[in-house]
Amino acid sequence: MSKLTITDLHASVITEDGDTPILRGVSLVVESGTTNAIMGPNGSGKSTLAYVIAGHPKYTVTSGSIDLDGQDVLAMTVDERARAGLFLAMQYPVEIPGVSVSNFLRTSITALKGEAPKLRTWTKDMKEAMADLQMDPAFASRNVNEGFSGGEKKRHEILQLGLMQPKIAILDETDSGLDVDALKIVSEGVNRYKESSNAGVLLITHYTRILRYIQPDVVHVFVDGRIVATGGPELADVLEADGYETYTAAARA
Amino acid sequence: MRAPTVAPATDLAPRVFSRSIEDFDVPVGREEEWRFAPIRELADFFQPAVWGSVGLNGEHDVTVEYVEISDQRLSQTWMPTDRPSAIAREQATHAVLVTIPKESIHSNPIVVNLKNAGESNYLHVEVHAGPFSKSQVVLIHDTSGNVNGSILSLLGDQADLTMLSVIDADAAVMQHLHWFTEVGRDAHFLGLSITLGGGVIRTVPTLTYRAPGGKAQMLGAFLLTGDQFQEHRILVDHTQPHCVSNVIYKGALSGEGAHSVWIGDVLVRREAIGIETYELNRNLLLTDGPRADSVPNLELETGDVISAGHASATGRFDDEQLFYLQSRGIPESVARQLVVRGFFVDVLSKIDDAELSGSLMRRIESKLGIVDHE
Repeated sequence: MSKLTITDLHASVITEDGDTPILRGVSLVVESGTTNAIMGPNGSGKSTLAYVIAGHPKYTVTSGSIDLDGQDVLAMTVDERARAGLFLAMQYPVEIPGVSVSNFLRTSITALKGEAPKLRTWTKDMKEAMADLQMDPAFASRNVNEGFSGGEKKRHEILQLGLMQPKIAILDETDSGLDVDALKIVSEGVNRYKESSNAGVLLITHYTRILRYIQPDVVHVFVDGRIVATGGPELADVLEADGYETYTAAARA
Repeated sequence: MRAPTVAPATDLAPRVFSRSIEDFDVPVGREEEWRFAPIRELADFFQPAVWGSVGLNGEHDVTVEYVEISDQRLSQTWMPTDRPSAIAREQATHAVLVTIPKESIHSNPIVVNLKNAGESNYLHVEVHAGPFSKSQVVLIHDTSGNVNGSILSLLGDQADLTMLSVIDADAAVMQHLHWFTEVGRDAHFLGLSITLGGGVIRTVPTLTYRAPGGKAQMLGAFLLTGDQFQEHRILVDHTQPHCVSNVIYKGALSGEGAHSVWIGDVLVRREAIGIETYELNRNLLLTDGPRADSVPNLELETGDVISAGHASATGRFDDEQLFYLQSRGIPESVARQLVVRGFFVDVLSKIDDAELSGSLMRRIESKLGIVDHE
């Protein structure tokens, strides 16, 4: 059992004109076997939350804490967080020219497990994981994210999720830009991962559409850098019908 | 003394071809071709001196000879195009001559280990690839001192020549190297220039075609650290129809005062119809401070070409790449190694010899302090 505990988290983005506060007191618990959905309008800071948990250098935490099973996440480097069991599926994965997907994945697995995977089983594992996501085997020899379509980038993120088997996965708008078919494939990948490793999932999304394929246990509404409402799956239906207007209006008031 | 040849005016091609030193003025730094170079530091390269000639170190293949500069087999037609190369041709006493016989096929690379005879040396190397021959020649430069000279690769009809020139120099070393290539009818040339370090290194690769149908690739990988200077001034002179040229130079710079200059001149003459040419320079700045100048020039005297293009970009080591890799558990040093390897891969992967390309890559990583291979 793993537990990610975020307590009264405040964070700012570092810009040339000074720091701008984005997160204004986020408290949240993600446990193994549960799916927390965070829903919010554009600019509410929900992606910032994902980046801050992963340790992006662009943000600075001004107060609060992040704890994973008793370990202080904020004291860790980005790669230490990953090795502790955190994973961020990114909304905009970056290109790494000249580095093949297979080389990248193998390097990553080696770092995460502390030893290089055995070549024979590794090739088989990778092929199976790719087949599950309906990815062409030739994909493994392409350069990381270079020339990938939007859908390919997201499948590549979920491929990593399946192979790396983190304790807690944060999915940052993994659904955005996907057509229905790709959304189903990607969602199945997330569900497979969640079942096989009894993982905790923090699903960040703008739309309720993905929640038809990935069932949340808890839904949070995120506005203006904090969680303003929490409920069960039915909260997503309310948002689907009414939008974020009630919450954004309240935040402005 | 022969009169210098004066070529018709173009913006890019040299004007004067001569073996006479007096035909070239001492550069002052305002000349287009010298405007980036550290003229004062290169002063010794502009006046003739009594320097030794670069020779051979250790055993060599029978195709490799050390000959008197008066040897009649050396090119009688090649002419220097600037003052340093004229001085080197005039002052050198000996030359290294590699002769690939007609129709001979060499499956193993011919490795030429060059040896300096003193602190400063003149260099003259010629590689004659006979018609229908196929070979690889690897030049390993001795970098224990300054070197001024020229390398000539002359390809006969349908010859296939891969040439690799490796300079791995300390910060005190200065080198001025011309690399002249002439491609015969339907011949294939692949030239790889690897320059790791050196205080002041200036290379002037020039490539031209003797007959139609030639294909040439000129690839370069260069690395600067500290306050090193490197200039790679390339000229591809398309003088013949239906030829292909492809230039890719990649540079990585690290350190406050590192300064690289890449000039990619491509001249397509009126008669060079149906050619294809592309040139690319990419520079990766690994720290704050280094400066990379990159100037591609394409001069077309005919519009009747299949393709002609160029690209140039200089970018910083990307924090987002680092974050992405680290977020997958990869430690920072390994992440940097992946990115630098990826950057150079399209040049270094062209080196057939996996051991050599691997050792060059490890050398780059050591020099950058990414991974300690020493």
